[in-house]
Amino acid sequence: MAEVINPQNILEEISVSDLLRRALELKKAGFRFSQAHAVYNSKDNKYELSYSFSDYSTYQLHSLRVVVDLDTVVPSITEIIPAAVFYENEMKELFGVKIEMISADLQNKLYRIEVDTPFGPKKEEA
Amino acid sequence: MAIMKFAPQALKNLFLKPVTTTYPAEPYVYPERSRGHIEISIDDCISCGMCVRACPCGTLSVDRAKGTWSIDRMDCIACGFCVEKCPKKCLTMVPGYQTPGGDKKTEVFQKSPEVMAAEEAKRKEAAEKAKAAAAAKAAAAAAAKAEGQETPAQ
Amino acid sequence: MGKRSVIPYGPQHPVLPEPVHIDLVVEDERVVEAIPSIGFIHRGLESLVDRRDFNQMTYVAERTCGICSFQHGMGYCEAVEHIMGVEVPDRAKFLRTLWAETSRMHSHLLWLGLLADGFGFENLFYQCWRVREKVLDIQEMTAGGRLIFSVNKVGGVLKDVTDDQLKFILATMDEVEAELKVIKETFFEDYSVKSRLVGVGVLTAEQINALGAVGPFARASGVNVDMRKLGYAAYPHIDFEPITSNDGDCYARCYVRMMEVFQSIDIIRQVIAKMPAEKDLAVAVKGNPDGEYFMRVEQPRGEAFYYVKGNGTPNLERMRIRTPTFANIPGLCEMLKNTELADIGLLILTIDPCISCTER
Repeated sequence: MAEVINPQNILEEISVSDLLRRALELKKAGFRFSQAHAVYNSKDNKYELSYSFSDYSTYQLHSLRVVVDLDTVVPSITEIIPAAVFYENEMKELFGVKIEMISADLQNKLYRIEVDTPFGPKKEEA
Repeated sequence: MAIMKFAPQALKNLFLKPVTTTYPAEPYVYPERSRGHIEISIDDCISCGMCVRACPCGTLSVDRAKGTWSIDRMDCIACGFCVEKCPKKCLTMVPGYQTPGGDKKTEVFQKSPEVMAAEEAKRKEAAEKAKAAAAAKAAAAAAAKAEGQETPAQ
Repeated sequence: MGKRSVIPYGPQHPVLPEPVHIDLVVEDERVVEAIPSIGFIHRGLESLVDRRDFNQMTYVAERTCGICSFQHGMGYCEAVEHIMGVEVPDRAKFLRTLWAETSRMHSHLLWLGLLADGFGFENLFYQCWRVREKVLDIQEMTAGGRLIFSVNKVGGVLKDVTDDQLKFILATMDEVEAELKVIKETFFEDYSVKSRLVGVGVLTAEQINALGAVGPFARASGVNVDMRKLGYAAYPHIDFEPITSNDGDCYARCYVRMMEVFQSIDIIRQVIAKMPAEKDLAVAVKGNPDGEYFMRVEQPRGEAFYYVKGNGTPNLERMRIRTPTFANIPGLCEMLKNTELADIGLLILTIDPCISCTER
């Protein structure tokens, strides 16, 4: 029988202004950046952004959840975690989340797609 | 000598039979479970449309009135979900891949006239039964109504 | 200081079958900086969630990648099962583990072959792929497809592996092990292999930690991380220890993957020995997923991440797949710094890139 290390995933809801502080704290605590993704919640017309960090030795997954309105500007965490650059560009391009100060902002040219923000809010047809 | 580590194997390979086969000349034997293409025993089909709703790539279509089941082989990903969902188990996954081709075309399977006629008869019978049931119901309702009207008059 | 110039590398390149484009800033023959850009094969698979129901998405998730297709399907199904609180029958768990390990074997053998091809050892390349063919035969025989399995479903698996097939698998494992021993010796001791791999592209454990790399790429630098320890599928019943190396160079990455093939053989033997006898393969799943879950599985290339969010309708609200290569690209760029231009093809290969599944 192998030892199973499966700690409960932590999901922490924070506000936008706390994002950089918490990301820095987690980085200082030895967590590695695992992934980031966005969800467009059509019911409340909001974006839910998740930034997941995990630990190499304890396998603990710690996710930061930021719920923002469509036009809220979200600061980029790439200054603290350079590895987040593709994730943030992806959120910006596919969902239209307003992320500013990405260290390498690809100006919505990460994926070669024809439609603007295909995963984001559906445009009202004129 | 470290440089000659692979030499014995390489020499052995020189005299071994090739692992590849001359494919079209020597046909490939597919294992029994190989997911090649879908086949249908069309006369067992009840045109329920479960396969159409299950198909992840929307390649199937069913026409109940005409008694047809059609598939665009070029769109089929051979996942086997329709086979699993089919309530009559008339769909089967058989070995043998779709051959490449220049154009997309839809393959249509038509139910045999006997089955169509039997189905038509069944449908008619059901319709008549329904009609009779409806008539009986209407008659009962009318009777109840008449009775209802009679009651206050008394 | 020499003269600086920029060399565009890819997306099409003879030694690299993956469409990644890298701008290399070089100073004479030495790379100073590498700027990656992806996005040539974005397929938008994740956006299919609003048109396909959660059962059909299993087949979509599976087609994210041709090499680790089984593990994509398994990761997605396990995530949905967690949300819906479904307990999968034991035999299904063991079968999932069996198929997961055969796909790990064939993926690593493919990579070892490509590596040999990358440094110009064609004979070894063919040898690796010849062994891989036996693993593919197992997959075709048990699941019906050489690479795309389509045996997963939410609640279990679709096909059973018969006792005769299990015997055949064991016999094949013996053959594969014998042939691999020859290959292993060549990879580990051959002079020409060593001269191309030892000391090239070194990353330390601290760098790996900062860049968030995963999988064999991280394990080769001495980071003991293996998501199989999370105990999904039947891994709690299997005895194994993650394979690590402390060197952090290309040779260590080759070592880790080679030894993992042997480890997979061992795990497959354990799975077959411990396979439960009852024939339950799947439980009926009622209702629709409502809730969210973060699922992590260990793919041949490293930790893959599935986020599934359902809203009580047959269509999910969001499915997110983060493939291991996505996490390894920052590590790749760091590794390319200060290396010779001639080693670039080999170095990109050593993270085992799979750009098609990275972009989904």
